[in-house]
Amino acid sequence: MAETQIRNFTLNFGPQHPSAHGVLRLVLEMDGEIIERADPHIGLLHRGTEKLIEYKNYVQAVPYFDRLDYVAPQNQEHAFALAAEKLLGLEVPPRGQYIRVLYAEIGRILNHILNICSYAMDVGAMTPMLWMFEEREKLMEYCERASGARMHMAYFRPGGVAFDLPPKLLDDIGAWAEHFPKIIDDCETLLTENRIFKQRTVDIGVINAEQCFDWGFTGPNLRAAGIAWDLRKAQPYDAYDKMQFDIPVGTHGDCYERYVVRILEMHESVRIIKQCVESMPGGPCKADDHKISPPSRGEMKQSMEALIHHFKLYTEGYRVPEGEVYVAVEAPKGEFAVYLVSDGSNKPYRCKIRAPGFAHLQAMDFLSRGHMLADVVANIGSLDIVFGEIDR
Amino acid sequence: MDLALKDLGDYLVGELPEEILGSELAFDQLTIKVRREAIVKVLTFLRDDVSCQFKLLVDVCGADYPEREQRFDVVYHLLSLTHNNRIRVKVTTDEQTPVPSVTGVYSAANWFEREAWDLYGIYFFDHPDLRRILTDYGFEGHPLRKDFPLTGYVEVRYDDEQKRVVYEPVKLTQEFRSFDFLSPWEGVQRMLPGDEKAGEAPPPKPAGGGA
Repeated sequence: MAETQIRNFTLNFGPQHPSAHGVLRLVLEMDGEIIERADPHIGLLHRGTEKLIEYKNYVQAVPYFDRLDYVAPQNQEHAFALAAEKLLGLEVPPRGQYIRVLYAEIGRILNHILNICSYAMDVGAMTPMLWMFEEREKLMEYCERASGARMHMAYFRPGGVAFDLPPKLLDDIGAWAEHFPKIIDDCETLLTENRIFKQRTVDIGVINAEQCFDWGFTGPNLRAAGIAWDLRKAQPYDAYDKMQFDIPVGTHGDCYERYVVRILEMHESVRIIKQCVESMPGGPCKADDHKISPPSRGEMKQSMEALIHHFKLYTEGYRVPEGEVYVAVEAPKGEFAVYLVSDGSNKPYRCKIRAPGFAHLQAMDFLSRGHMLADVVANIGSLDIVFGEIDR
Repeated sequence: MDLALKDLGDYLVGELPEEILGSELAFDQLTIKVRREAIVKVLTFLRDDVSCQFKLLVDVCGADYPEREQRFDVVYHLLSLTHNNRIRVKVTTDEQTPVPSVTGVYSAANWFEREAWDLYGIYFFDHPDLRRILTDYGFEGHPLRKDFPLTGYVEVRYDDEQKRVVYEPVKLTQEFRSFDFLSPWEGVQRMLPGDEKAGEAPPPKPAGGGA
């Protein structure tokens, strides 16, 4: 047979591919079915969030954080609220802290449900999506009951939370937390020992601890490589130091373990939710400083001063003392942080958003090299990529 | 943790007196300012030294201060898992002067530096692949600079006749309004009758801002 010249070809994966999780355009250089080089092109969802925040006051900046990682909006708001509070030197009352922890964990479960199910669907399992999304819907209902919005809550404000929880919501969340572990177990029966799922994920996209450090991995992806690092434990914020929970870790750092770590984290989140519901303290849910948190509607009808405060807060906002802080939270995807620079005015001078997915996605090339085309899909799914936060 | 960070700052200044221009502790966070040319050396030291071990580069970003001579800051945030602390490293630069890339020290710096190049136009030399990352293909300008307008210069729309997306200069039905809340009373020059004679006397202080 005559010798034929074979050359690599380039494959354009996305930006409208269902398993590209949004608008990832991946340019793959292939040698047959083997990946030689993966070059992710991002920015197709770039909305200039950081620039917009520089032109808005601190309260107006909050909703932008919902729209970053729109799968778990609460956790992003949390980082911004903590950063602004640090600059303001503000203490949040215990009830506010507990409510935030409660909703941050709800956000974590929202995220992990979506990630696990869409990841499973990418590698061929349809049913988890159908089973688990019912629970996700319930959680979003709890978000709606607290804030009025199913997804983009804008609920964590500098100084506490926007409103107090309505009556009986905690009971319902408590009841849900009792039965949810059963649903996780049901989901596990479909995936954890499933032959096809394991064939698709075990030993795919292996990254060890040293390589994780080099690539700036955080969150479940780092923990799957065997490093028990969790900001909720290591640098606790709000009421996390009062919570009892464990950090699940993997050993091997492959796609399968990243999945297992997320499943176990959901169990831990349920534990935290239960503790929050049981020991929810009374009292106010936002800081008692009307220069920062708005007065109640009732007060405004009674008190001239409250009316002035309200007017000033929703026109000018509040001025934040000069300085710069970097505040990180353990978002479901990893370390989400806000680097906030204030020049003493009512608008942030610079607000850099450190999204965990940005660091994770840039390791795509490293993870995919030498793998088959189908494994790229497993890698993307297991890294937990959401473009809202990567492209900002 | 406060004390440990202060000690760490002093230790670093002692170890690298040539490279570090100053250290500062504010809001329980340690910032060191570093000479631009020495950034690779300092980050390598911070990563490898036993009492630092900042193994993770969590963030690199730019910041623009147009009134300064060296208008850009490049800010590196490092995290040490062993000692559970963070450090912020800053270098300054301007539009022309390149900053050494730290991709050789931390692979994670690659995209973060591309982002700083894209959004601020900070040039990194020795970077393996310094392309734009977040903005559109063929975008011009560096949008996060303070002198770049919020509304940008071009907008896109799908043209039904040409059957493609076309770029056009931005047309705003209403000019972008930026309200200045910092001097709410400057419009009113309060002059009481008879005060013209006071001459050099400072204008009367306006009453407090109401809230």
